Amino acid sequence: MKKILAILLAMVLVFSLAACGADAGKTEDKTTGAGTDTSADVSSLKLGLICLHDENSTYDKNFIDAFKAAQTALGLSDDQVMIKRNVPESNECYEAAADLVDHGCNIIFADSFGHEDFLIKAAKENPDVQFCHATGTKAHTEKLANYHNAFASIYEGRYLAGVAAGLKLNEMIEAGKFTAEEAVIGYVGAFTYAEVVSGYTSFFLGARSICPTATMKVQFTGSWYDETAEKEAANTLIAAGCKLISQHADSMGAPTACETKGIPNVSYNGSTEAACPNTFIVSSRIDWTPYYMYVAKSVLEGTEIAYDWCGGIEEGSVVLTSVNEQAAAVNTQSLIDETAAKLKSGEIHVFDTSTFTVGGETLNTYMADVDTDEAYTKDTEVISDGYFHESEYRAAPYFDLRIDGIELLNEKF
Amino acid sequence: MSKKNKPEKSTQEPLFHIVKRSGLVWWKSWLIRLAAIVLALIFSGIVAFLLTKENPISLYATMIDGALGTKRRVWSLLQNLAMLLCVSLAITPAFKMRFWNIGAEGQVLIGGLATTACMILFGNKLSSPVLILVMIVTSILAGAIWAIIPAYFKAKWQTNETLFTLMMNYIAIQTVSCFVYKWSVPKGSGKIGEINGATQAGWLPSIGGNKYLLNILIVLALTIALYIYLKYSKHGYEISVVGESEKTANYIGINVKKVIIRTMFLSGALCGIAGFLLVAGADHTLTTDTAAGRGFTAIMVSWLAKFNPVYMIFASLLLVFLEKGAIEISTVFGLNKAFSEIITGIIIFFIIGSEFFINYSIQFRESAKEEQK
Repeated sequence: MKKILAILLAMVLVFSLAACGADAGKTEDKTTGAGTDTSADVSSLKLGLICLHDENSTYDKNFIDAFKAAQTALGLSDDQVMIKRNVPESNECYEAAADLVDHGCNIIFADSFGHEDFLIKAAKENPDVQFCHATGTKAHTEKLANYHNAFASIYEGRYLAGVAAGLKLNEMIEAGKFTAEEAVIGYVGAFTYAEVVSGYTSFFLGARSICPTATMKVQFTGSWYDETAEKEAANTLIAAGCKLISQHADSMGAPTACETKGIPNVSYNGSTEAACPNTFIVSSRIDWTPYYMYVAKSVLEGTEIAYDWCGGIEEGSVVLTSVNEQAAAVNTQSLIDETAAKLKSGEIHVFDTSTFTVGGETLNTYMADVDTDEAYTKDTEVISDGYFHESEYRAAPYFDLRIDGIELLNEKF
Repeated sequence: MSKKNKPEKSTQEPLFHIVKRSGLVWWKSWLIRLAAIVLALIFSGIVAFLLTKENPISLYATMIDGALGTKRRVWSLLQNLAMLLCVSLAITPAFKMRFWNIGAEGQVLIGGLATTACMILFGNKLSSPVLILVMIVTSILAGAIWAIIPAYFKAKWQTNETLFTLMMNYIAIQTVSCFVYKWSVPKGSGKIGEINGATQAGWLPSIGGNKYLLNILIVLALTIALYIYLKYSKHGYEISVVGESEKTANYIGINVKKVIIRTMFLSGALCGIAGFLLVAGADHTLTTDTAAGRGFTAIMVSWLAKFNPVYMIFASLLLVFLEKGAIEISTVFGLNKAFSEIITGIIIFFIIGSEFFINYSIQFRESAKEEQK
């Protein structure tokens, strides 16, 4: 017994020495690396990011990639950034945020809608730390000096992706694959609330602006990340006669289902071309780097951070991936660029009330639930000058109209 | 069998064979456990170094820091310990009765759902003490009913309780999912968000500025109560007898059906309390993830502690410590969470393995001339 113990102890010692040696080398690397690109200014910064899942989710990967891009752009060392992955939307999120504060973070981002209340709790307890929450809705009513919401006018990105979809539908109709009346788009959505409704409606309006006979079917999954359910939903839509699929959910479920069935797919959160080379057309996504940079600069300069920050095409927050020539129709890129320019100049608006009807009627007034509350009170007039003003009264979407031409297959979520 | 007939060296005698130990001195068994932990740390250290090239000592230091580094982390550790312990306590009476209740996850969720329902529906109708009382009663009943259904079927028709309780989990998850959608804010988002954030109606009060202390004290009281119940009460004795042999229980006049249903009522009721504490005492919201797998982890705690509520404190502490440490490792070293789960898995594997060496000894063939007992 003694012998064994002695051997074990010796092993531990040898091991720790060897490992310490390796570690010392690594620290040196780090300091030299930091010396070259760290200016004196940014040394006071420490950024934390709370993610609902990890890189396996396209949604979280998009946040993490941008976070790393911002780290490089700001010249922060690896010790100045911290990511907490797989943080559920519960008290765990509060604990994760408080933990990042313990680690010395002075800016903390969180990426999931359900993190909001727990982040607000942490913000109230730590007034010296800035808390920035993507996709949330409560900052403009909470009015905390250190709690902020952010989003992007992603409906514009989806409109552009819709243009690419419409062009593809036209191409398939011309090729005689189906008639103009059969041009049905399928859409896999997570939940039935405004963020998703705004997304599929803008996508549909983009597609219909190019292919006037297009209609749409939407299938909901009731989860932001459920690969099986998303795949099933895409298959259901394809079986129901959909000729092109897009999705607003975070797994690879829908794109892979499309690749298997050979149905064109307009993706979200980033390119899925590597996995779906024959069917991926284009993807819209939010690039969070400009927001990270904006917050970091505000903290460095001591300026106030907006309650609600909404990036657009101009800021580089709403971007489209490169078009996959193999699957997309000809001239897709040029038409996207042309339309983007019109959106930028204000020549066209995504939710132009002359382009859609609700229950057969054209709307000229609509009260939306902008200030989140349990009773879903409709509190703000959002239609004026002939279009629905999305993401202007708060960054997160509030377009929740059910427009004609879109059929919801299930509304249980 | 044929030892006596073969005085000469037998070619068929194996190198070693395994013999059941007849009771081991307590300090020897603890020495084996300690050795297992040391071995586990060394082995996972090697794995860690090979996979990540990080210094294992600093990995372990980070683990300790993550679990105990600050006052807040210690409180958070204690809160998580209390919750895991509460669910472990809940399944223990059933397990002791050899009733494999693997439905604790669902029973906790249903308890949480009952609490949530009271908070949402009566939040501004009842005064806080009355509301909390109503929440406790409904969550206990909800958890208990969820547990009694499979118990009744088992007692009446000998159905398989393992499958039944497992299936009840899925029903609970879907039921919760349905209500979360119904109550979601904003509409259709599938998230309830903080319940009664402005009024804090139905929230368990913090004691001396600490929001988790009440939870911890309640679970501590439950631990002591369950220890006494199992060890000294007539009910506790009946549970052990039914667990050892239903026939014996019948023979000495124990109403087995009654014991099964009564014990599962207790099991489910404790799960209901766990759900209540999670929702009212910590999360103040409900998701399908509220139980966070504790219903299954608790099975391990209960077994590791040999169904002894006091040992369960240590078993829960170990698992919660490992979990907290693992999260810290993945944050500090930027590793995927899967890596820290590998480390946790290795350590638990060694600890469970050590129980084998406590119950059995390995005897080598004499010719191998290894040290023998």
